[in-house]
Amino acid sequence: MATVRTRRAREALTGLAFAAPAVAVFAVFMFWPLIQVFWISLQQTRGFGIAKWVGLQNYQEILSDKIFWTALWNTALYTAISVPLCLVAGLAAALLLNKRMPARGLIRAIFYLPAVISGVSSALIGAWLFNEDIGLVNRILDVVGLGPVPWQSEGVPALLSLVAISLWIGIGFNMVVYLAALQGIPREVFEAARCDGASRWATLRRITVPQLGPTTFFLIVIGIINSFQVFDIVYVMTGGGPGNSTTMLVTYAYSAGFEQRQQGYASAIGVVLYLIVLVMTIVQWRVNKRRDVA
Amino acid sequence: MTRYRLAFAITGAVAMLFPVYWMVVTALSSAADMKGPGLHLWPTSIRWENLTDPLSKFPYGMWAVNSVFIAVVAVVLTVVINLMAGYAFAKLRFPGRNVLFILIISTLMVPVQVVMVPQFHLVVDFGLIGSDWGVIVPRLAEAFGLFMARQFMMAIPDELIEAAQCDGSSQWRIFRTVVLPLCRPLIAVLVIFTFMWRWNEFAWPLIVLKDPESYTLQVGLLFLKNQYGQDYGSLMAMSLLSMIPMLVVFALFQRHFVEGMARSGIK
Repeated sequence: MATVRTRRAREALTGLAFAAPAVAVFAVFMFWPLIQVFWISLQQTRGFGIAKWVGLQNYQEILSDKIFWTALWNTALYTAISVPLCLVAGLAAALLLNKRMPARGLIRAIFYLPAVISGVSSALIGAWLFNEDIGLVNRILDVVGLGPVPWQSEGVPALLSLVAISLWIGIGFNMVVYLAALQGIPREVFEAARCDGASRWATLRRITVPQLGPTTFFLIVIGIINSFQVFDIVYVMTGGGPGNSTTMLVTYAYSAGFEQRQQGYASAIGVVLYLIVLVMTIVQWRVNKRRDVA
Repeated sequence: MTRYRLAFAITGAVAMLFPVYWMVVTALSSAADMKGPGLHLWPTSIRWENLTDPLSKFPYGMWAVNSVFIAVVAVVLTVVINLMAGYAFAKLRFPGRNVLFILIISTLMVPVQVVMVPQFHLVVDFGLIGSDWGVIVPRLAEAFGLFMARQFMMAIPDELIEAAQCDGSSQWRIFRTVVLPLCRPLIAVLVIFTFMWRWNEFAWPLIVLKDPESYTLQVGLLFLKNQYGQDYGSLMAMSLLSMIPMLVVFALFQRHFVEGMARSGIK
């Protein structure tokens, strides 16, 4: 018995030793900051001065801060347009590339390629393509006779140019996940449908899409969470402009914290963002659980 | 039908590739060419100054060195930490194991920007502001890699480890000689993804690095954007240069990228 106990004790010690480096970095750089952010959000810090305790004042300010609501609205709008488009385009690409064809691997790789290009480089391509005066998109629109679109000087076109780039980046991931899920649908289901004489469109609507339900749900949740954190492409491509028409929650938090140096206020925005993401995670968790039970 | 399908697929691929192609064209052309009358979709003359001019005016080489240093050090440390922790959480019993694992995994969904202010304070307190280490250290807490490592190692049969234990090997020895050799595909995925995240990272280095000499390539590109304004030739050339390591890694390990991504999607 004693040997069993010492062996267990030794295993516990080894286990702790192996986990220690990870636990240490998580404790210092994740768990502690996650507690601290609430604390800092209750303070007022301007510049490098000493922080002053202000209770919930930052949160009150958020409620009446027009730019905050604009940023929240922009983020929601960006998400509402970009996530479904990415989903549909990703599914279409997956269905297209699920069948055998020449150079299939290469074509799949090309669809995925933008996902490995940095957000900054993607944003620079976007800024260049959608440059209002000399960018390619407007030059082509000009040739076709659809006139120049104010991609940089008006809010809605600017937001749409961001969506276009987000689509370019995001299709590949959605495609890859859908392709993996398509492998998981039993072949017999499709064969049965074909025997019953179902058309392609009916098969897609009645069988493929429902079978992909859990995957679609996963991609929607991941898509929303990622869109709510969009920073690189916005910061580099539009800088939140024109005016604040493409300011997002995260770019606003960044500018509050590190440009205007109101770190208490930035932390309060961070807490709000945290709550939004938390709610979405809980929703996903509950839905998955219900599905597992059913 | 198959022919239509192939035509669609090729059209899609051309569209996806076009922005990169346009980068190359811009990087090779003069500004006048890009603005001038008549729309060309290919370079009409090659202008090497787009490449040489920014390289001589700005510390691009330093940025590349910084980027390489940060990415390489971060990959080595992160992968070692994740492999060790993955083994502990998958195969060793110790008190608090489940609680710790759930706490770590729950940070997967935490947006980086939520904790950027407290992390910034920590980096200031540690005296790491403006240094490569200030960029590297906070990002060692990488939950996704740890999760992948644990999932992979759970599939290693216990018998293999027990057999080695009976031979009297220490756990460290078992980890090195029995477990790690079985983890090659895992290590490949961890290295590739960590490299990509660190190489492409922008917001955090933007916060930590102050002096233009200390920038990474991504932060440097933003700096160049502000310098060059409407002259996109040099900017596209420098952006392309910064993409080369990632493109090479992607070309070599493309299969791992796709598999790793698919695995993250299925869970």
